[in-house]
Amino acid sequence: MIFKLFITFFKIGMFMFGGGAAILPLLQTEVVERKKWLKEKEVVDYYAIGQCTPGIIAVNVSTFTGYKMAGVKGAIAATMGVITPSLIIILILAGVISLFLNNEYVLHAFTGIRVVVTALIADIVLNMGRKNIKDRYQLAIFVAVVGLMLAVSLSPVWVVCGAAVLGLFLRKGKAA
Amino acid sequence: MIWFLLFFEFLKIGLFALGGGLVTVPFLFDLSSKYGWFSPQELIDMIAVSESSPGPIGVNMATYVGFKTAGVLGGIVATIGLVLPSLIIVIIVAKILDRYRQSPMFNNLMYAVHPASIAMILFAGIELGKMVLISPITIFIAIIFWGAIHFVKLHPVLYIILGGIVGVILKL
Repeated sequence: MIFKLFITFFKIGMFMFGGGAAILPLLQTEVVERKKWLKEKEVVDYYAIGQCTPGIIAVNVSTFTGYKMAGVKGAIAATMGVITPSLIIILILAGVISLFLNNEYVLHAFTGIRVVVTALIADIVLNMGRKNIKDRYQLAIFVAVVGLMLAVSLSPVWVVCGAAVLGLFLRKGKAA
Repeated sequence: MIWFLLFFEFLKIGLFALGGGLVTVPFLFDLSSKYGWFSPQELIDMIAVSESSPGPIGVNMATYVGFKTAGVLGGIVATIGLVLPSLIIVIIVAKILDRYRQSPMFNNLMYAVHPASIAMILFAGIELGKMVLISPITIFIAIIFWGAIHFVKLHPVLYIILGGIVGVILKL
């Protein structure tokens, strides 16, 4: 299990381009659909909680998953897995990487990749929204948070804390 | 001992950077002015490289900054320093979560946090979209890809590779 966790998160680290949310499409396919280690709901949990714990969100989500599957050792394995590709690639390519980046073809390829990552994230939002936004209160919270974040650059920490307080007040949770 | 100092500085960043990769940027500018290990201009280049390399951006930046400052070992200690605090904290939080997962209070809390979490994912997508979908052709390609992703469930890695190829062919 420890080894499987390392390999799976190594693969995820290898193919994720961008910030925190870019990990979600890969997590969804590898960890939720194929390996069935997590339910989709848990990914949403970890993403929200990962915003409020210090550190890099994608790494935090990996640590959570590893812990759930195999305790402390699993947490370490998943975390090491997701950071190792960065270490290898940057340490090996550091000398030439800036030359490489000014290459015309590389720039075009990265634009293409970013377009795809945007589409992947859009699809994740659609799937998760359909499964996890179940009534008009939840829809209202969703719309309000998107609006707030677009209007004022609100820190994710406040969004999660605010939503948590609201949730305690609404008392609408059902036992999983 | 530059390695020790690097480890310690990145440990601090890992402990105080709340909210993901790019949040570490102001901390890195601080490092630049405090120690002069690299110039602000070099740092801007390092951020660009980190955004285009595979892996979480924050991790890439730590590795690159560590490497530029103190070689391969520097890259390794900076990266370990960055992730160590969150590794410990997340393990503690996960333990607490295990205990309360079934409690009504936790479920009430998560009832409202779930839609907020999905809203934050959408926001991340919008921010990325604003940078990337800047011409009719990129918008068109994004829609085509979205259709493919939604209706033909291939592995995301395949779409990412395909995106790179389309980018080169169409000179995006």
